[in-house]
Amino acid sequence: MSERLLISGGRVVDPASGRDEVADVLVEDGRVARVGRELVANGARVIDAGGLVVAPGFVDLHTHLREPGLEYKEDIASGTRAAARGGFTTVCAMPNTEPAMDTRSVVEFVLRAAGERAAVRVLPVGAVTRGRQGAELAELADLAEAGCVAFSDDGAPVADATVMRRALEYAGGLGLAVIDHCEEPSLARDGVMHEGWVSTRLGLRGQPAAAEEAMVARDIALAQATGAHVHIAHISTRGAVEAVRAAKARGVRVTAEVTPHHLTLTHEAVAFGAGGRAAELAYETNAKVNPPLRSADDVAACVEGLADGTIDCIATDHAPHAVIEKLCEFDDAAFGISGLETAFALSMRLVHDGRLTLAALVERMTVAPARVLGLGRSVPGIGTLAEGAPADVVVLDPEATWVVDPQRFASKGRNTPLAGSELRGRVIATIAGGRVVFEHEGELMAAGGTRG
Amino acid sequence: MTTDTRPADQTQTLEAPAAADEGWRRRHLLDLDDFTVDELEQVMAATDTMKEVLSREVPRVPALRGTTVVTLFYENSTRTRTSFELAGKVLGADVINIAASGSSVAKGESLVDTVKTLQAVGADVLVMRHSRSGAPYLAARHANCSVINAGDGLHAHPTQALLDLYTMRSALGDVRGRKVVIVGDILHSRVARSNMWALTALGAEVVVCAPPTLLPAGLGTNTDLPPVRVETDLDRAVEGADVVMALRMQLERMHGGFVPGAREYSRRYQVNAERLARAKPGALVMHPGPMNEGVEISHEVAHGLQSRVEEQVTNGVAVRMAVLWLVTRTGARGGIRAASSRGAL
Repeated sequence: MSERLLISGGRVVDPASGRDEVADVLVEDGRVARVGRELVANGARVIDAGGLVVAPGFVDLHTHLREPGLEYKEDIASGTRAAARGGFTTVCAMPNTEPAMDTRSVVEFVLRAAGERAAVRVLPVGAVTRGRQGAELAELADLAEAGCVAFSDDGAPVADATVMRRALEYAGGLGLAVIDHCEEPSLARDGVMHEGWVSTRLGLRGQPAAAEEAMVARDIALAQATGAHVHIAHISTRGAVEAVRAAKARGVRVTAEVTPHHLTLTHEAVAFGAGGRAAELAYETNAKVNPPLRSADDVAACVEGLADGTIDCIATDHAPHAVIEKLCEFDDAAFGISGLETAFALSMRLVHDGRLTLAALVERMTVAPARVLGLGRSVPGIGTLAEGAPADVVVLDPEATWVVDPQRFASKGRNTPLAGSELRGRVIATIAGGRVVFEHEGELMAAGGTRG
Repeated sequence: MTTDTRPADQTQTLEAPAAADEGWRRRHLLDLDDFTVDELEQVMAATDTMKEVLSREVPRVPALRGTTVVTLFYENSTRTRTSFELAGKVLGADVINIAASGSSVAKGESLVDTVKTLQAVGADVLVMRHSRSGAPYLAARHANCSVINAGDGLHAHPTQALLDLYTMRSALGDVRGRKVVIVGDILHSRVARSNMWALTALGAEVVVCAPPTLLPAGLGTNTDLPPVRVETDLDRAVEGADVVMALRMQLERMHGGFVPGAREYSRRYQVNAERLARAKPGALVMHPGPMNEGVEISHEVAHGLQSRVEEQVTNGVAVRMAVLWLVTRTGARGGIRAASSRGAL
């Protein structure tokens, strides 16, 4: 059930239409009914957005919901509640579940479970290969018919170049992208962090930036050869950004995403924590992520790439893990950061530092990711506040400061290097399909209902 | 697991230099990366005292009587473990040795749980060797007792660096301005890392020498790492050196593609008489052991007049006595004493 809502008096930022002005947004029947000044809607619940920003709900191309199989880390209900708290109204669920999302039956399970207990829209990403083993193609056409919006063996690259070539050709024929986790395994080897002075200091095995860049270069060559669309997941190095920039200039069908943590944190967070230099080495397992947090120069290149459009969008790579998977020796800790609930505020650092406009940030979290995977084909109007679009709306306070307390996360994954960090920028309310699914300081609504 | 509860000799006492532990505030010894010159001097002075104890007719003092030292070794190391065990026993501590393969660790118990268990049964000092870099830091964060790093992964081996420093100072006096060449597998060497911190803190000129494949990223250029010079040619590196320290070249590295093989490695990087002749006359030859004679060091140099290898081992006991004694000055406790004193902490 959705209600009639009037989100009044906010600064409406809708990059798809170029709108950036104070206006009201009227929501009816789960859709955006009107956007304009001083709308009147008798009987509607009014959300006063005065002094706040009203934007399309965020779209995350890269979310690990962990269900089926790894529900001890996260499940569809908790993961989508976390999404709602983070302002996301659509998440693309990665297929590294157990079993992997490599058959129609697993996709159908996820969609059915999402229909029953998800707070926001879940769009599945199917595996490229059977069991994500990198050898034989999964039944990609069947997966597409079942509702997959792209294919990926994420968590691992499609290491075999011929398999990747075939995957691009076959997926290209279906009009869908292959999302690749770019890491040349023979270079990355058993590296647990970025190779650089911090790995030297800590005595940890490093993954060189070249491991990512070699695979990005290969994927670009294959995309060019096949004419198919490759999407680079979680880009993180200067060399990779420059390769994508050059490829785009040549007209290659390559797109890329970057995570909030790769835009803001460096490998120093592993040694000293995200909050600055502590007296004692931290060996911060919550900063262990793949691709690893890189050098300050890589971070700068990612920010530049996002600002100039080389990198199309922000994606969270939300990777929740259980406490014991991080409370252990660094080498043995799981890779990943629970990112949905800090993504907006962390990314706002770019806006507050003057390196990205608020409208550009909103664009890269809404219509840009939707465009990358062509999500508008399955969900017309997604990522916009166009009249008739799904009423996926987020209300933001760009100035509010708060301190990250993972114990208050909706996600089961408390694994964030930002615990105790102060962030500036806050999600005030999230409306998905016309339903208020998150209100700051309010009760999170159950997936099935709303309160007036 | 063995326990030694022999009473220490009561007739002799530890005559520590007056206030040798004054101002000592480190409950743990994890690395030397943040040691001040004063702290290094303090360890050296305490080691002098321990050397004197070891030279006695009955080398036993009751300084750590009633203190329980647990050696928790996740990696085999006869040399380091024995050295710590002996150090504890000379000072009258009860020493319990745990090899990780023979404990609950083999059943999958987490490091944090193991540390908490050992502390609960009464360990006052945990001497830990682990194959994972940073493991002692994890232990220290969850422990009320003292944690001494006896070598963690590729990261640090502070007591080795302290005994190396003590050995150098015994022969050279001061290391300030002295040229120390560390040659070998720097990339995988915790000994080299800890030595670089201590030696550069005291003003030594440190040159590290290795083939480019065995040099870690950023060393020699990044200012957040110890200020050492990097050299890939050993002949050039040893020119005028006061100390030449060879590191163990592990066999698996030979086969791991880091170097073409033992033959070429020893041709280019072995510390032998011919190369040693380029160093200062009487330059010290050191090695943390165990040595691969004929690979990183020639037999004649390893056992020659300039070799300090055996002295390093002897000094190891004294240095570890000093470290055990200093960290227990801070009053860190395990067992019931920890529980009863926690309110006051």
